[in-house]
Amino acid sequence: MKTESKIPEARKWFLKGLRDGIPIAAGYFAVSFALGITARNAGLTWYQATIASLLCNASAGEYAGFEVIASHGSYITMALITAIISARYMLMSVTLSQKLSPEVNTPQRLFVGFWVTDEIFGASSTVPGKLNPHYNYGLAICSLSFWALGTCLGVVLGNILPANVVTALGVLLYGMFLAIIMPEGRKNKKVGVIIIISMAVSFAFSRLPYISDLSEGTRIIIITLLIAGAAAFIFPVEEKPESADSGGEDEI
Amino acid sequence: MKHNVYIYILVMCLTSFLLRAMPLTLIRKEIKNKYFRSFLYYVPYVTLAVMTFPAIMDASEHRIAGIASLIAGMAAAYLGAGLFPTAIICSVIIFVFELFLR
Repeated sequence: MKTESKIPEARKWFLKGLRDGIPIAAGYFAVSFALGITARNAGLTWYQATIASLLCNASAGEYAGFEVIASHGSYITMALITAIISARYMLMSVTLSQKLSPEVNTPQRLFVGFWVTDEIFGASSTVPGKLNPHYNYGLAICSLSFWALGTCLGVVLGNILPANVVTALGVLLYGMFLAIIMPEGRKNKKVGVIIIISMAVSFAFSRLPYISDLSEGTRIIIITLLIAGAAAFIFPVEEKPESADSGGEDEI
Repeated sequence: MKHNVYIYILVMCLTSFLLRAMPLTLIRKEIKNKYFRSFLYYVPYVTLAVMTFPAIMDASEHRIAGIASLIAGMAAAYLGAGLFPTAIICSVIIFVFELFLR
């Protein structure tokens, strides 16, 4: 009986992923358009830039990568910079490993891993209880096709869109982040306080001498380790968070 | 020295793929440790908050536009607007502010 109900379940999650991927796709389209302009300046053709976006799925990572290509850096520099900027995905991957049921097999895990991005991680961490990998596939296929398309058009069309439209489209992603974190911040006051502290520390890190010279990816890792680490000791969660919460999160 | 663009892309995608896929494939068991579980519970909120601010403020040349967008987005999300409405509100607010500040 369990296997019977599995197919529609997978389909349901896949379709939900496609739908929830729409705002992500809109934001990606704008950001990747800007990224395409960077790629073009680095001397990449539209198909090289599109391949890079299809395979890497990383905004800051690709941006830095294109800069390495532009400056003719070594392959080792490329690997190191990618690793530093993308290290936060490793943390997200650890978190997601706990959201997947142990039955999820290796190929499925590789696909979920391949498609870990800030936004897909954010959306999949709002799922109450265990995460169905098909939800991630839906999110990824919907949003990342626009990621690749935007990169491609950015190379081809260059600077046609006015700057204020690019800015407004880019901000869609931040709005989504807020929509992911604020409801939990309202429900759990400790999380609310942690969100405010995180923003304050992030602001300080972006402005302080020396620290602000670190790449954005490195700052994100440091702040996440510091604040989430401290919060875990000061406010340890007694119950499994997902089983305790599963009642009130159906609105998404 | 001449470098090949495709090797650059390959290095870039292999590095990021390994980082993202290793924990997911290697960690199969449920982590029991209460502190580590709590840490993982807090990770997304800290990471997403850090990525949002001050980046949203620096997105526009006019800081006020970014701050207005942030406040509107936080309020909307707090009051229960979903993913898409909140994103649209942030986007429209920054666009309108930029028009008037021009």
